This record gives sequence, structure tokens and C-alpha cells, in this order.
Amino acid sequence: MFGYILRRLLSAVPIAFGVSVVCFLLVYLAPGDPVQTLLPPDADAETVAQVKRMYGLDQPLPVQYLTWLGRVMVGDFGRSIATGRPVADEIFRSLGNTVLLAGLSVLVAFSIAFVLGTIAGRHAGGWLDRVVTGVAVVGVSVPNYWLGIVLVIIFSVEMMALPASGMGDGRFDPTSWEHVQYLILPVITLSMIPVGIIARTTRSAVSEVMNQEFVTTLRANGLPEWRVLRHALKNALPPVLAVMGLQFGTLMGGSILVETVFSWPGSGFLLSKAILTRDIPVLQGTILVLALIFVFTNLTVDLFQSSVDPRIRRA
Amino acid sequence: MSFATSPIWPPADPRDRGGPQQPLLMVRGLQKHFAIRNGVLGRVAAHVRAVDGVSFTVHKGETLGIVGESGCGKSTLARLLMRLIVPDAGEQIFDGDAVGVQGGISVKDLRRQAQMVFQDSSSSLNPRMPVQGSVAFGPMAFGMPKADATALARELLTKVGLNPALFGGRYPHELSGGQKQRVNIARALALKPRMVILDEAVSALDKSVEAQVLNLLQVLKRELSLTYVFISHDLGVVRWISDRVMVMYLGEVVEIGPADALYAAPKHPYTQALLASRPSMDPDRRREEAPVSGDPPNPVNPPPGCRFHTRCPHAERVCSARAPVLGDAAAGAHLAACHIQNPASGHSLAGRPVLPALH
Amino acid sequence: MSTTVSNAPPTGNAAMAAPRQRGYWGTVGYRLRYDPVTLFFGAVLLSVILAAVFASWIAPADPYQESIIRRLKGPGYMGHILGTDELGRDMLSRLLYGGRLTLLMGMVPVVIATLIGGGLGVVAGFAGGIVNTLIMRTMDVFYAFPSVLLAVAISGAMGGGVTNGMIALTLVFIPPLCRVAETATTQVRNLDFVDAARATGAPLRLVLWHHVLGNVLGPVLIYASSLISVGIILASGLSFLGLGVKPPEPDWGLMLNALRQAIYVNPLIAALPGIAIFITSVSLNMVSDGLRSAMDVRS
Repeated sequence: MFGYILRRLLSAVPIAFGVSVVCFLLVYLAPGDPVQTLLPPDADAETVAQVKRMYGLDQPLPVQYLTWLGRVMVGDFGRSIATGRPVADEIFRSLGNTVLLAGLSVLVAFSIAFVLGTIAGRHAGGWLDRVVTGVAVVGVSVPNYWLGIVLVIIFSVEMMALPASGMGDGRFDPTSWEHVQYLILPVITLSMIPVGIIARTTRSAVSEVMNQEFVTTLRANGLPEWRVLRHALKNALPPVLAVMGLQFGTLMGGSILVETVFSWPGSGFLLSKAILTRDIPVLQGTILVLALIFVFTNLTVDLFQSSVDPRIRRA
Repeated sequence: MSFATSPIWPPADPRDRGGPQQPLLMVRGLQKHFAIRNGVLGRVAAHVRAVDGVSFTVHKGETLGIVGESGCGKSTLARLLMRLIVPDAGEQIFDGDAVGVQGGISVKDLRRQAQMVFQDSSSSLNPRMPVQGSVAFGPMAFGMPKADATALARELLTKVGLNPALFGGRYPHELSGGQKQRVNIARALALKPRMVILDEAVSALDKSVEAQVLNLLQVLKRELSLTYVFISHDLGVVRWISDRVMVMYLGEVVEIGPADALYAAPKHPYTQALLASRPSMDPDRRREEAPVSGDPPNPVNPPPGCRFHTRCPHAERVCSARAPVLGDAAAGAHLAACHIQNPASGHSLAGRPVLPALH
Repeated sequence: MSTTVSNAPPTGNAAMAAPRQRGYWGTVGYRLRYDPVTLFFGAVLLSVILAAVFASWIAPADPYQESIIRRLKGPGYMGHILGTDELGRDMLSRLLYGGRLTLLMGMVPVVIATLIGGGLGVVAGFAGGIVNTLIMRTMDVFYAFPSVLLAVAISGAMGGGVTNGMIALTLVFIPPLCRVAETATTQVRNLDFVDAARATGAPLRLVLWHHVLGNVLGPVLIYASSLISVGIILASGLSFLGLGVKPPEPDWGLMLNALRQAIYVNPLIAALPGIAIFITSVSLNMVSDGLRSAMDVRS
């Protein structure tokens, strides 16, 4: 087991390295001289030369990469072109909001989808199963940025019950309706895709367990049906939790559209603003941080799964 | 001369180079170790000695049977002989030509003269190809026009007892195990080989179907003057079809000899135990316990000396100290790699012509 | 010939008439014909595609024709069947034309990625060893980005536009397709029939073409078909963020974004482009699911 953990941890290192290379090269994907992407368009020649020297842009590419990596390692992502503030500050100010949004969405999705999936898996092949499967297909097919707009139309424009954007003034207080109301629409919107995915996973895990012989044995032993189901759920839970973990990582990086719709001040919204203003340092830094979070969640899920299911360790 | 109209195999094969005295296949010191990787960096931790210095000869027109428990390296040997796996060491001489070396015969030419029949399984035939397509593939790969190759395939299907009008266009999942195995045989014959390696070719079949396929193999061998290497774990089947038999244990040859002599008077305790473990038809002679106890040792770390000594009823100190040698297997002699067969070995039973019966 | 037949036992011939021989794709087609749900959504999908292709014949008005007085009018207003957008352009025409770019941006990357990713996966799976490690570890790096993020990152850095968006989406889809193809190839290449084909001495390319590819194609195509729906949603998403299609070209994602301001004036109009995306994406998912179960020969 220890060997597996170590191997898995070490295998994440080259991936993190590769991710950093991709993020570094993003600057070079941009049309024109990379120095222009680091500066406002109206910068004078002297500043350009100075920045070029400062960032070592006159050095060969591998040297530039190592220099950049060295700075990133100590949390220096450069400065935002739009605001002039350090990119790291911008990212970490917004990251918490995205964690809040993505975390809540996954929890909401799990509570809905686990029930739906259990019902479908329990009655696999029946009409309830078909309804749930239909809901799941809708969940993964709906463009969530559009769903957000529809919800805003219904709850903010027509009913005027919930705010359409932002997250209120002052520090976020989870006990006050003043703040919580801002969360409701974004969370529902963002949880749609994970509802579809988690419901599908739960359905197949439950129906698979229900068909196994030990369940038949439990029934044959005269165990009441709800206790049979409890046994089955216990066995179906690990893969569902794993999918839930993966979805959290996906939402962290994938909330950009929903955050844009609701102007939710998270890392996705930051990214979206950076794109509009062509603020490449912010773009690069945010993507690096979000991708590393994704790598880290996947790693955690992997280790969790292998601790629950020893079969995985052999792979 | 077109493929479709000629008699399939002329009696005197123009490809015969060495004449009847030249063995069709000679194998010397063939070896294949598979690396086991583990640890953080995937270092090679150990080697599975799947085939470990195997030497033998196959004469023209004979059937050499190869037996052994699962995991003894039989199937690896079969794939090595076809060069589907590249050996680590050893040489292979096909009708006087060394295989895959400068001045010898190329692997491609070897495969035109030697073919293999795989064990019947769900994977022995391409599930997306009508079976006559599988048979025709080899000739087509060598440039035969599709129409001719299909005609040849249908002719071969007839030859193995399948009506091509009925079965040619079917897919593997529409055939029974015995029918699939007939297709496998037809496929192996499509390139007109001189030698056919049959790897557990009848093992997965029901007994009655097995008998039919074995009969077919005998008929084909006579008609097409084939040479067989017949690999199986089933001692009865091997005896029935083989002229000579080779017994393998943990990647090594422990005994080789004419089938009758080997079955009547096995020289190696392992062979003796294998033969004794066959279910007897006579209820009074049925034995209760297995004559060889336990599983074969791990081929990763085979025991020192004679590899069988951990399970051998006659094991003595010399057996774990020195590895016995098989001797030169030429000329159809009956040989066993056992210290008992070597008067000078120092084993207490050495020099006794007949092994003591198992108790 | 007859002399040889007599020796072989005549088993197998005893079977009466052979079952109707359809072949693999024949069976798949046969099954699809009896799957009403898949057929329905297939028809919807086909109409969406046809409507986009023939937009210039069907569309009732010029999709670029603006009007200051007819802005954000509801359905039926002065002959505008689905109303007008924020610049007074005919919604129905814009939706019909918009399907062109949206479908193109969603589908083309999947097709290209299937060729590149599938090809790389087959090579990795068949070659094994160092080639496999090299290809698959590179894919792992791209796998380390959530798909939306990677698409946004690449097209964002490249400065947006239809071509850049399609390049970004292609790069997003190559790794998963490569992985599916690699897994399928690794499974197939270890099967006996591939060894049997190699044992004929046939050149490697023929073994690959006739015995490996046919068995890898199924899983790869099923997976690719399920990606088209993701492609449409992501492509519209890029346009929604201003990274894909540029105004005034009609595109569902871009229209959705432009009409966001209209939710207070005419919410129905604002929701229309999303409905188009949604219908297309549901149909694609349902067709892909139907295809998957039809192609599963074991059941």
C-alpha cells in the first residue's frame, strides 16, 4: 500500500511538470511578441526593452521556462495588466469563492443524484429507471450557461425572488440570507451536469451490486428489503464518491461559464475578464493554479479509491 | 499453376532442402525470460524463466508431442517457434537453415513453411471478419488476388469438413467450438505449411468433438505430408497423436523419447507422476491422492539443482546441489534429465533401469 | 476435391439452414431500425443539420438585416416567426444560419481529433513499450486540465476566432480519444487472432488494417459520437465567452451572450438560442446512446 501511494504521488510530478510547461507556452500561443502580451498596448519602447530584460525574454526558451518556473514556485505569477496588482493576489482572492461554489454544487448534486440513481438502479429496466436516465441525459446535455440565464429569467426577472448576479457586499456570511441568496441560482446551475453524471454512476453501481450473489443471499436469509438496500448502497458508495471527487475538480476549472453568467467573483470570472482584456499573466496564472488543483483532486480520489478497493492498486 | 485448380500439395515438396535425414526443426538452447517490473521506478525486479534453455529436434513427417502442467512454458515455446515472441538466446534451424540470422531463413519465410493453430477461444478468430476471410487473409497478404484467395479458403473449409456455402460467410460467434477449431486449422493450412504447431488445439473442445478434430488432423497430416508439433496438457491425447513426446517442467525439458517407450517406462519421476495422475478407467486402480503434491514452484525463482526436487519422491542431496543434464536428444533416443538415469551422479538409485513405482 | 471431403467427418454440415447473414454493420443497422427513441432523436438531429445546411433556402429573411424600430420583438411580430434580436434581425433566420457555425465548430474538431487521437492511440497500443509511454504520458498532461479550462486556455491565449476555437477543441478531444483507442488496441493486439495474422508472415500494416483497426473502430466511433454533443456545448461556450465566432456572424453561443441584456425586455427571445443548443445536444446524446447499445454485439 505504501509503495502504491509513493508511486502514485511520484507519478503526479511529471504531470504537474507537463502542466507547467503547457501553461508557460500559452504565452507563446498568443499572436505577436510575447512581451506585448505582458504589457499594456501603449507601453513605450524603453519599457518594452526593460520588461524584456526583466523577464529574461531575450534568453533561450528553456532558460526562460526555468526562470518562470522558479518565480512561480515562490508564488510570483507576475502582475495583472488590467489592474497592476500581483496575479497571485487576484487568484487567491477569487479562488475561495469558486471553492465555495463548486463544493456546494457537488454536495447538492450528490444528494439529488444519489437518491435518483438509487431509485433507478433499484428498479433497473423499469419506467422509474427510464425517467431518471432521461433526467440524467438532460442534465449532461443542457448548456449550463443557458440554464443559468433561464433561471435568472424565471427567479430574478419574472418572480424577482433571487438576485441575478454577484455575491452581495462585505464578507461572505453563510448564516445570513443576505449572502446565501446569491448562492442559490449559481449552485443549482452548476450542479446540473454533476447530477447527470453522478446519477448515472450511482445507477450502474447500485444495479450491479443488486445483481450480485451476496444480495440474493441476504434476501434468502430473510433480511428486510431496506436493510438489503443498505448493504447494496454501502458497496455502491465508493465509486460514486470517487466520481463526486472528480466532478469537484472539473467544476473548479469548469465553472468559468456559470461564473460569467452570474458575475460570481470567482476564479472563472477572473479568467473570463482576463480573456476580454487579453490579460495574459492572469490567464496563465489562473489556468496553472486551476489545473494543479485538478491534478491534486484526481490524485486524492485515486488514493481514496485504492484505500477502499485493493484491486485498483495492482494497476 | 493456379492455387485453385492444382492438387493442393505435391507429394515431393520442392521446398525440401535437406532430404529426409535432415530434421525439419532443430532447436538449441532456446531461452525466454520475461522481466517483472515493480517498485517506484519500474525497475526490473525479477525474471520469469518461461523457457530456459530448451533443445529438441523434430524430424520430417513426425508428430512431436509436448506435455506439461500449465505454466511450464509450453505456450511460450510455441510462440517462440513462430517468432511471435523474440527469444533471448538460442538457435532455431529450419530444414538446415538458421532462422532470422544472416545467410539463414528469414522469419517471414519461416512463417510460410510453419504455421500455428491456436487454442479455441473467443479470441482465436477475428469477430468482425467472416471466417472465410480469416482463412483467406494469409494468401492475400502474400499477393494472391482476393477471388483466388477466397476460392482457396472455401476449398480448405471443405477440406476441414465445413460446407463453405453454409459456413464461409459466417462470423465466429455463429460457430460452435469445434467448427471454429476447424476454421483455425484451415487458416493454418492456407499458406501450405510444412510444419504446423498446434498449441492446445483441441483442449477446449468436448471429448466427442475433440476426437473428430484429432481424426481430421491425422487425415490432413497424411494427405499433406505435414509435420506436427502438438502441445497439450492432456497426456492421453498426446500419446494418441504423437510419435515422440517431450515433457516440460518449469521451462525446461525433463524427458523426451518415443511415445510408446516414454508412456510404458517413464524415466523421469515427474513424467511418472504425471502419468500416474491420469484418471484410470479401472475403478480398482483409482488412487485417492495426487501423486505430485502441491503447485509447481514459482518460475521466478526456480529451485536450485533439479527443479523438480521440491516435489520429487526420490529427491536426495545431489538433486538440490546439481542440475541433471538431458544429454543429446538426437536420433530419437529416450532421455531424461534425472540423476537416477546417470550412473555417475551419486544418487542412491542411480543406474537402475526402471523407476520404483509410486507409493 | 470429393476424395478429400470423404475423409473428414461431416459435422457442422448437419446444421440446417444457416441464419440470415447480415454482417456486423448490417446487424447494427437492423437493430437501430427497431429503436424508436433513437430514430426519433436521429430525425430531430437530421432536421437540425439539414436546416443549417439549407439555411439560405429556408430562412425567411436576411440574417444580417438590422432594423432600429423592430428590436427585441416577440414571435409573430410583423412576419418574424420567432421575433427579432437586439439589433432587429430576424431570429429564425439567425438561428438557422447560426446552426452552421455552431455545428461546424462542434463537429469538425471531433472528426479531426478522432483521426489524430485515434491514430496515435492505435500506434501507442500496437507498438507498446517506449512509444506507448511517450504518447500516453504526453496525453496525461493534457488530461490534467478540465476540458472547459483547456479549451478556454488555448483559444483564449490564441486570441479567439473560429479557427483558433476549433484548434483548441481539437486539442481538448485528442487525449480522451487517444486513450480510448489505446485501450481498445492494447486489448485487441493481445488476442490470438492477431497473433495468428502475424504468424502468416503478413506485413504489419495489413495485420493492423484488417485485424486490429476493425475491432478498434467500434469503441472509438461510439466514444467520438458522444463527444460531438460536448463539442457543440463547448463551442457555443467559447462563442458565449467571446472566444469563438465574432459578431455579426450568427452563432448560437454568441447570440445567447448578445441577448443576455434582453432578458428584462423579452426573455423568450433571450432563451431561444439556448433551446437550439439544448435540442441539438440532447439529440446527439440520445443517438450516441442508441448507437452504443446497437453496436454492443454481445447483448
